[in-house]
Amino acid sequence: MIETAATTAGTAITRTIDARGSYCPGPLMELIRAIREGQVGDVLAVRSTDGGSRVDIPKWIEKAGHRLVALETRDGFDEIVVEKVR
Amino acid sequence: MDEPLNLVLFSGTDDKLQAAAILTAGAAALGRPVNVFLQYWALDAFRADRIDADHGLAPEAGTAGRTAVDALRKAGQASWAETLRQAKDIGSVDIQACSLSMDLLGIDETALDPIVDGVEGVTAFHISAGNGQIVFI
Repeated sequence: MIETAATTAGTAITRTIDARGSYCPGPLMELIRAIREGQVGDVLAVRSTDGGSRVDIPKWIEKAGHRLVALETRDGFDEIVVEKVR
Repeated sequence: MDEPLNLVLFSGTDDKLQAAAILTAGAAALGRPVNVFLQYWALDAFRADRIDADHGLAPEAGTAGRTAVDALRKAGQASWAETLRQAKDIGSVDIQACSLSMDLLGIDETALDPIVDGVEGVTAFHISAGNGQIVFI
């Protein structure tokens, strides 16, 4: 599911990946696919109900050389926002 | 870090194959190449006509384990085969069938699921493995 929205911080989100209900490492794999399809400067939000995502995805973002914009815990899920840097 | 992760899959039960698929996906996500070598009962599970079948669980799973695995699957967990397909999509994952196990099981290469990249002997696997660790599951 893809939708356009804005974070509470006001950063414009290019694309939201709704990976809720997907188990580890599904949300990260969906994010990687979306990042690969996107352009440098895109801001992607991934929503996950998998508890591992809030640890794994920021670590992956750092290792892959992108930028973590926000990590927010919402109602029953986490939303991780990343900017595609390269 | 760029040494490949090398998995020898021997067991053909769904729980061990799922664990192997998740390890593979994690390495692929980090850009680390993965070599998977299929032997014995794991190879049997990669036949095209039964890759999505029920391959049972390791004995230690017991009844409670079976219930837990079924519940996660019903809740939408991707199958190990699907997880491996996704890992191949995002990274460098090479899946090879052990030629001796092909003979043992009497399998022809055409009977294998397309997720399997080819058939090779153990020496070719070791060459691909380089200095990376070899994990036997």
